[in-house]
Amino acid sequence: MTTAALLVLADGRFPAGTHAHSGGAEAAVRAGRIVDSATLADFCRGRLHTSGLVASGLAAAAAGGHNPRDLDEAADARTPSPALRRTSRKLGRQLMRAGRAVWPSAALDDLAQACPGGAHEPVVLGLLALSAGLSPLDAAHAAAYESVSVPTTAAVRLLGLDPFEASAVLARLAPSINKIAEGGTQAARSGIDALPAAAAPLLEITAEDHATWPVRLFAS
Amino acid sequence: MHLDPPAPFPHRHTHSAQPAGAEPALRNGGLRALRVGLGGPVGSGKTATVAALCRALREEFSLAVVTNDIYTREDAAFLLRAAVLPPERIAAVETGACPHTAIRDDISANLEAVEDLEHAAASSGGLDLILVESGGDNLTATFSKGLVDAQIFVIDVAAGDDIPRKGGPGITTADLLVVNKTDLAPHVGSDLAAMARDAEAQRGSRPVAFTSIKAEDGVSPIADWTRARLAAWKQETVAL
Repeated sequence: MTTAALLVLADGRFPAGTHAHSGGAEAAVRAGRIVDSATLADFCRGRLHTSGLVASGLAAAAAGGHNPRDLDEAADARTPSPALRRTSRKLGRQLMRAGRAVWPSAALDDLAQACPGGAHEPVVLGLLALSAGLSPLDAAHAAAYESVSVPTTAAVRLLGLDPFEASAVLARLAPSINKIAEGGTQAARSGIDALPAAAAPLLEITAEDHATWPVRLFAS
Repeated sequence: MHLDPPAPFPHRHTHSAQPAGAEPALRNGGLRALRVGLGGPVGSGKTATVAALCRALREEFSLAVVTNDIYTREDAAFLLRAAVLPPERIAAVETGACPHTAIRDDISANLEAVEDLEHAAASSGGLDLILVESGGDNLTATFSKGLVDAQIFVIDVAAGDDIPRKGGPGITTADLLVVNKTDLAPHVGSDLAAMARDAEAQRGSRPVAFTSIKAEDGVSPIADWTRARLAAWKQETVAL
């Protein structure tokens, strides 16, 4: 019934600021770890199974009615890198702005008031999904998909990658995206302490380094 | 240069990440700052125009600037070095290799910067005017009405006198078209009269300023236009 709302939310053109972020792809391209569509697929698979899974769980929990303030703390605990925490809160604040204009709700207003500097993006995403009448699984799907669509879009710009090949990378990841979303949703049913905490140390380390670059195309 | 009659401002609403009531205290009895976008191709003189506008208007009005660099913070750094405004009045937005996206399709980062500047200035009386400078882009780049209230498009004679004829959304729809570096016209073989004719054909009665920003008082037509917009903006709000 609400599938179309999920398409609106997960659309890369949804104006929530992600276009200026690469999800770690810019650092990986510079380091020579992403050079073509095959290495992009490897990078995306790693991101999906770590930060993508964590984001899925958080988003599903927020959409399932768990306390967003508690979830925000849980997101902090699962994000060791200060640079990635800043990025997540910045994107959360921008998503909040777009979300309150698109699917306004008292729950979004409350969280905006409680976290004026921005709550973590997956938490805002889950709450926004709830405001849009979407399910926890829908929210998890949006979070999991974003974890790979952001670096893929960035790689197209950074490498001049064939856009058809890049979309094929995402299409081939679809079964994994589904599994991650289901896993995150299942964990969220067992409560905040059961949420996934998969770590990607290299993403954390390169994010800290990237944040210090004087010349870069993407904000993260 | 001729000026338009004061135009209405249909887009006074703003999408905030803050709950209603938590917005920063606004200057002039609830009036937020007028937001003016400056766009145009790379090297046409956008940053020089912003710097000159700040120098011309900073004694009369409370100002702030948002810059959108494509891949550095050079424009913001230039404005800081030139000390046209205090550092807390200048914010830099990163645009993810797509400067037009950040000013048109997804304005969230720019709105955030604008909101932060208004917030920071609230305790010292608020802001009258926020200049939003786009990263150097192409002739199709325009600002979203959700981000700015009026826009200036800056081109220069050295890039070719056929640019006004080619048109494009920036040339045809900007509230003010600035044709910069007129002093170079004889050296690069640009025909200013033809540029003026073409601009009028594209823009009708919308104003065009031919100037050389770096010359003494070169910014004055743009500063005068901005003053008129600010006056209209304030009048409009009093009428509401």
